[in-house]
Amino acid sequence: MLNYPPRELDRTFAALGDPTRREILARLEREETLTISALAAPFAIKLPAVMKHLDVLSAAGLITRSKHGRTVDVRLAPDRLRDAADWLARYERFWSPALDRLAAMAEAKEAAAKEAEKRQSEAPDV
Amino acid sequence: MTSITLVRRIAARPTIVFEALTTAEGVAAWWAPEDVQAIMTEVDARVGGAFRIRFPTLDGEEHEACGEYLEVVPPLRLAMTWRWVFGGVVVERDNVSRIEFDLRPIDGGVELTVTHTDLTDEASASIHGEGWVGSLGRLTRLVEKATEQR
Repeated sequence: MLNYPPRELDRTFAALGDPTRREILARLEREETLTISALAAPFAIKLPAVMKHLDVLSAAGLITRSKHGRTVDVRLAPDRLRDAADWLARYERFWSPALDRLAAMAEAKEAAAKEAEKRQSEAPDV
Repeated sequence: MTSITLVRRIAARPTIVFEALTTAEGVAAWWAPEDVQAIMTEVDARVGGAFRIRFPTLDGEEHEACGEYLEVVPPLRLAMTWRWVFGGVVVERDNVSRIEFDLRPIDGGVELTVTHTDLTDEASASIHGEGWVGSLGRLTRLVEKATEQR
């Protein structure tokens, strides 16, 4: 059922577990290529902190960096993100309908139990 | 660790939901995919007890999943390990999952939180540790049974 090397997925999800890094990925998705200074501009944090986030994203395979003269271009690397999304989708595909069935069954039993309790309380004392 | 969490609100009392999670009849009714009848369901919902379900898929193959109960706290919490088995062979030996069910009573029913975690080598090693505790529990019960029969 699982084809992905678990350590890589762990790194991906760990990298995604930070709001600044998610915001960086979201901007890269909208704008394709950005220089590091352009990426850092909207954030209140300092450039070295942004660089650290980029290191984490890069180690997780979520972005690529390429040097052009004095600037560094940052791009989204979608494969890992797709792997992570696939992983979630697989489990979601299993659990979502399973929990629907569980809920339907439990709710039917609850209705039956309530009906039985009602009948019992309405039954005349013998 | 990679994990997914799902939350469902169910209009039923906790004991009814917990029963659906911890009896063979209950599990058989919801675990296997739609339109599929489970071939075999084994549910021994106590710490160290086994979980096993086998069902056919539309492509004519049989799928089997098995696991072991780690925590059983009726009617609020259930934790178990879980892995796929094909043809009696455990696949992905190092890739055990852990499933946790947490039931929170709410007005008119239960909020059920399911967390399914894929375990990496390190974590699965500690689970195997718990598995050993379970095996020891089974061994103890066997010994007690043998003693009773004397």
